Amino acid sequence: MMKGFKRIVKWGVKNFIRNGWLSTATISIMVLTLLVITVLIMVNVIANGVLLNLEDKIDISVYFKLGTSEEDILQAKTQLEKLAEVERIEYTSQNEALITFKEKHKDNPVLLQSLDELDSNPLEASLNIKARETSQYASINQFLESVHYKDIIDKVNYLQNKGVIEKLSKIIVDVKTLGLVLSLGLAIIVFLVTFNAIRLAIYSSREEINVMRLVGASNWFIRGPFIVEGLMYGMVATMVTVILLYPAFYFISPKISSFLPIEDVFSYFKANMFPLFLLLLSISLVLGAFSSFFAVRKYLKD
Amino acid sequence: MPTGRLVKKIIMIEFKNVSKFYDDCAALDKVTFGIKPKEFVCIVGRSGAGKTTLLKLLLKEEEQSEGEIIVDARDISKLRKHDIPIYRRKIGSIFQDFKLLPNKNAYENIAFAMEAAGRTEEEIAVDVPQILNLVELTDKANNFPAQLSGGEKQRVAIGRALVHKPDILMADEPTGNLDPLHTWDIIRLLCRINELGTTVILATHDREIINALGKRVLSFDKGRLIRDEENGRYIV
Repeated sequence: MMKGFKRIVKWGVKNFIRNGWLSTATISIMVLTLLVITVLIMVNVIANGVLLNLEDKIDISVYFKLGTSEEDILQAKTQLEKLAEVERIEYTSQNEALITFKEKHKDNPVLLQSLDELDSNPLEASLNIKARETSQYASINQFLESVHYKDIIDKVNYLQNKGVIEKLSKIIVDVKTLGLVLSLGLAIIVFLVTFNAIRLAIYSSREEINVMRLVGASNWFIRGPFIVEGLMYGMVATMVTVILLYPAFYFISPKISSFLPIEDVFSYFKANMFPLFLLLLSISLVLGAFSSFFAVRKYLKD
Repeated sequence: MPTGRLVKKIIMIEFKNVSKFYDDCAALDKVTFGIKPKEFVCIVGRSGAGKTTLLKLLLKEEEQSEGEIIVDARDISKLRKHDIPIYRRKIGSIFQDFKLLPNKNAYENIAFAMEAAGRTEEEIAVDVPQILNLVELTDKANNFPAQLSGGEKQRVAIGRALVHKPDILMADEPTGNLDPLHTWDIIRLLCRINELGTTVILATHDREIINALGKRVLSFDKGRLIRDEENGRYIV
């Protein structure tokens, strides 16, 4: 058993080296496949980053009527926090609102002077609410409109931003779905291309396979070296891909970061290089072994 | 006259009413004959007479449409799938186009057959050089098929066929691609192998070889066995 296994590995490695050009061509196609897969993964990461960034910018503010006690507002806050849709709430008291306002308009003396002339603080206390999903703002708004809070709430800016929020929410869902469909479609295509490349490589050995059968080799003894070759295509292709990706991300990363609101892609790549390597390796090993297995099977009838 | 039981014992290969059809065309038509151990049998006929089909059936490369093929008292159509490689190792086969593995050198081509049979490294290290010596290719052991002449390629193929010490050596037009000098080299080698106790089946349409050999000749025409003669001549 062990003897047979050793021999299978030996012939697989020897064939891989001796079929230099064929191996190079097959590996090149596999590298292209892995590059496409990596690009798909990175595009998804970047798109998710952009979407998260956009989503993060969306929130709603609830303004409370002047004279509403802080106790009532904090009670409302506690109730809101119990909602599953709510991710976090920030409370801004009247005083804090005033400080922020003054800070914001410190270069406008007229505005500040007129504010000083007022007897009381005209700014309202507010709650800034962040939902878990963009689509959940509507239900949070519905909760706020309930009779219980009607008397203390002055306005909710959801209504003003409703159009933008709904539009963004739809774009986010569409982009995610489209990205998934495109990624899947492309992944299937590149898988088929690689499968075919390996099939063609084995097609050129069909006469050899027949000869092996005629000299009394068992099916596994014939098939084994081809599977080993397939695995070697996968290993070499993964290494080449990662070696190519490193400088590529190094140069492209600043360009992407300059026009998209996301963090450094190169750092992301560096931080995740090992899991990415493992992922690409498993994809290519499975693809190599699977393609070889099925391609040889065709020539191994009885 | 030998009894039926004795006949059964001394016949090594037996074709009983064997036919092979491709679509409606009969490549072999109700062929019946027997071959004794250590016999040298020539199978002759024009192209398309059924010589290669007969050898393919014997090697179980294809299945007969009708009839029985008995080898060593065993009906080969009843062999289980995983017994086929083991059966094939009992038959050394050589072909007109040599059928060597192009990516393996002469030594490896012979060693591969032994490895496939699960022989140990020690056995391989002893037997392969001996075989290479027998086919006079010791100095070409590291040459790949593309670096060998036609005659040398055929000698590697014969070496590979002999490596299992087979009971039967089956040669399908082994000299078809060779010049006269190499042709006689190969034929002499086959005769020597036969003298050492291996049954040899030689399919050819080379009149000169058949007439010079003076062995048993089975003549085929359009898939039918038309003549079976000891010390036969090529008359088709």
